[in-house]
Formats: sequence, C-alpha cells, structure tokens
Amino acid sequence: MHKFINGEVFKTLLKDGMKIHVGGFLTNGSPETLIDLVVESGVKNLTIICNDGGYEGNGVGKMINHGQVKKLIASHIGTNPDVGRLMNEEKLIVELVPQGTLVERIRAYGAGLGGILTPTGLNTLVQEGKEVIQVKGKDYLLEEALGADMALIGGAIADEYGNLKYRETMRNFNPMMATAAEIVVVEPVKVIEVIDPENVITPHPFVDYILGGEQDER
Amino acid sequence: MNDKQIIASRIAMELKDGDLVNLGIGIPTLVANYVSEDKEIIFQSENGIIGLGADQGEDCSIVNAGGMKASICKGGAFIDSATSFTFIRGGHIDITVLGALEVDQEGSIASWIIPGKLVPGMGGAMDLVTGAKKVIIAMRHTNKGKVKILKKCRLPLTAFKQANLIVTEMCVMEVKKDGLHLLEVNPAYTIEEVMNATDAELIVDEVKPMRGIENENNA
Repeated sequence: MHKFINGEVFKTLLKDGMKIHVGGFLTNGSPETLIDLVVESGVKNLTIICNDGGYEGNGVGKMINHGQVKKLIASHIGTNPDVGRLMNEEKLIVELVPQGTLVERIRAYGAGLGGILTPTGLNTLVQEGKEVIQVKGKDYLLEEALGADMALIGGAIADEYGNLKYRETMRNFNPMMATAAEIVVVEPVKVIEVIDPENVITPHPFVDYILGGEQDER
Repeated sequence: MNDKQIIASRIAMELKDGDLVNLGIGIPTLVANYVSEDKEIIFQSENGIIGLGADQGEDCSIVNAGGMKASICKGGAFIDSATSFTFIRGGHIDITVLGALEVDQEGSIASWIIPGKLVPGMGGAMDLVTGAKKVIIAMRHTNKGKVKILKKCRLPLTAFKQANLIVTEMCVMEVKKDGLHLLEVNPAYTIEEVMNATDAELIVDEVKPMRGIENENNA
C-alpha cells in the first residue's frame, strides 16, 4: 500500500500556520510519535484542535511546551498548568468549547454540513457572539463546522488497506477527526493484514497516510 | 461517615434499577460505591464507555473521563465521542451527577470557570446538564463557610435552570417551578443551621430526616 510513510516523509507535509486536529482524550488514543515529529520539525503558529490540553510534556502539551501553538481549541485545559499560564501571559489563545459541541462541529465538517444547532451553552458565556435560532419553539445555538488542514489520528489498529478500528477507549475523537481534514495521518498501535469489514470504524478512503511499514508489529 | 460519604450514599438512593448514569469527577464518582446490590445501574463515561467499571488492575488501554484506569462491564460498548454525546445531549442519560462551585434557587449551575483565577474549562459538563433527564448536584454545602447555594449564581454559568436535585452533607433540596424546596435535613444539623449556611430562599413545608446516613455509633 502506498499509504505507509516514515517520519521523514511525514515532516515534509508540515507547514507553519497549519490547523491540526489531534485525536485522544487526556492522551488516551493520542498519536504521541506524530506529535514528537511535529516538535522535531519546528513548525510554528499552529492552531491545534484537541479535546483537552493534554499534560505537561504529554500529548498536545509537548507542542504547547515548545511554543509551536498559537491557538488551542479544546473543551478542558485543567490537566495542563502550562496552558493556563501561557494563556494568562497572552502567549497562547485558548478557545474553550463544550465537549459535545466540539466533536459535533468536527463531525459536521466531515459530513459537509455548515454547522449544527445545539441547546448546549445557551445563556452562558459560550453563547457570546453566536446566533440563536429557534426551531419548533425551542432555542438553539448555531455552532459552525470545524475542519482542519491535517488530522493526526492515534489509538488505531490499521490494516494493510488503510482501514481502521480503535483500541478500547482510544477511539474518542479519532473517527470524527479522520473525516474532517485535508490530510489524514494515522499512527497505529498495531497493523494487521485485514480488518473484518463489519468491524471497520474508519474506512480507508478517509485515510491518507499511515506512519510505519506494512511489516510493523505484526 | 464523612461528608463526602454522606452525600454519595444519599445520591445512590436516587438511582433506579436499569438507569443509565454519568458520574462526574470527585464526590460524584463515590456514588458508585453505595449502589445497593439489587439494582443494576449502567454507568456511561463520556470519553467513550457504556458499562464503565472500576479498575481491575488489568493491562489495558481503558480509561475513564478523568483519564484514570478503568474497566468495561460484560455487555458493555466502546463508543466514539460523537456517539457518546448523542447519548448525553440526546436525552438518553437518565441521571447525571456533578459537582459545582455554585448553584442557585432556580437551578442554574456554575462549575467551569473562576474568572481571573481558574479556567479548567467545561469539558462535557455543559452538554451533560443540558441533556440528561435528571441533574443531581453533589457538593459540600459551603466552601469553608462561604455560601455556595445562592439566590442567583455569581460565577459564569455552566447551564441556566437545569439542576433538579442538590445533595450536600447537610440536606437534600429539590428545584421546583415555585422555588427551592428543602426535602431532607441531616439529623446532625437543625433547619436553622441549614438556612444560615444557605443564601437561597428555601421553601420549607415537610422536612424529613436525611436518608442514607449510617450512624456508626448506633450500628
């Protein structure tokens, strides 16, 4: 399969100012090797979309630590004190989004929708600057779809065709992010010959590149 | 029983056989320890588990929504985050139990930000309190003497008018259309003591002793 690439090829795909989806939930299902390669590449001014801020020196926290991130879009940043500190020092812009809204905005982009209508966040700070739309007498917030230039996918068990399923709770944001970016790169936890078609979660057309070789960890 | 155990034990009595329940981090997590054995409760974890179980010490990649090691019960399912919030926002969760910084007599909740001080973010809390059929707030009655149960929340809201039941170590209160009703009081406190520790206006009709408290001296 042509989808398998090594770390050096991956680095050539990276550019300053990219908007990148990073899968994982508190680093469970986070593509740690791909994140290390982003750090090695030294690209700057990134916008990172991830459920959370990771931990200090773990998950997306590594890119934040190295000053590569201009903006973080996440639902929770409490586990990484660096994020709050950099935000207060005005070195990092943080946009906090309710978790269900965040994942649904990503899903909407992948599905070709302009946005979603959600009751979550009504009458809170989240509503600020957003349109309220009434449907059948009920209020909803209009939340825009959220795509990216690249998605970094972790926690996946890949097959040689590029199909993916996910290990246990490592699934989280990964399947939605794999539909919502120009370039989708997967760091598998394992590569097998073929996944039973009934068990495929992310079908191979969504996947552009897989880190590693076909012979890896078989 | 300490304050946290009193709160968790009382909330466990609200869970009905077959309920699908999401427990937040902190005191809410303890509720699972007090569910009586004759009830089958299915716990949902917003990172992607239907049938969350306690850590069994096995070598696996299963974590709960707090990022701590966990397990999955027989018959459970791993789900992605969009499906997880389909459960949560879509009204398929029977009960959610969460902590809060402040709650008010109209049922509004503040739990995700102290401007200028602490900004952990809302995580899944805003969706949970918006979508769950019943929202139970589990918290200490005051923050070291500082009132938390108010006429109107002062901190930025997590949700407007969504709490149904508030359980503290002192009492059980229910948010109804006409206001906040005092239902049960821990026998270790008087109604006056509860009112003095509360800024909200409490409606007091028929107050019962708070259930679920095991008095170790009498046991």
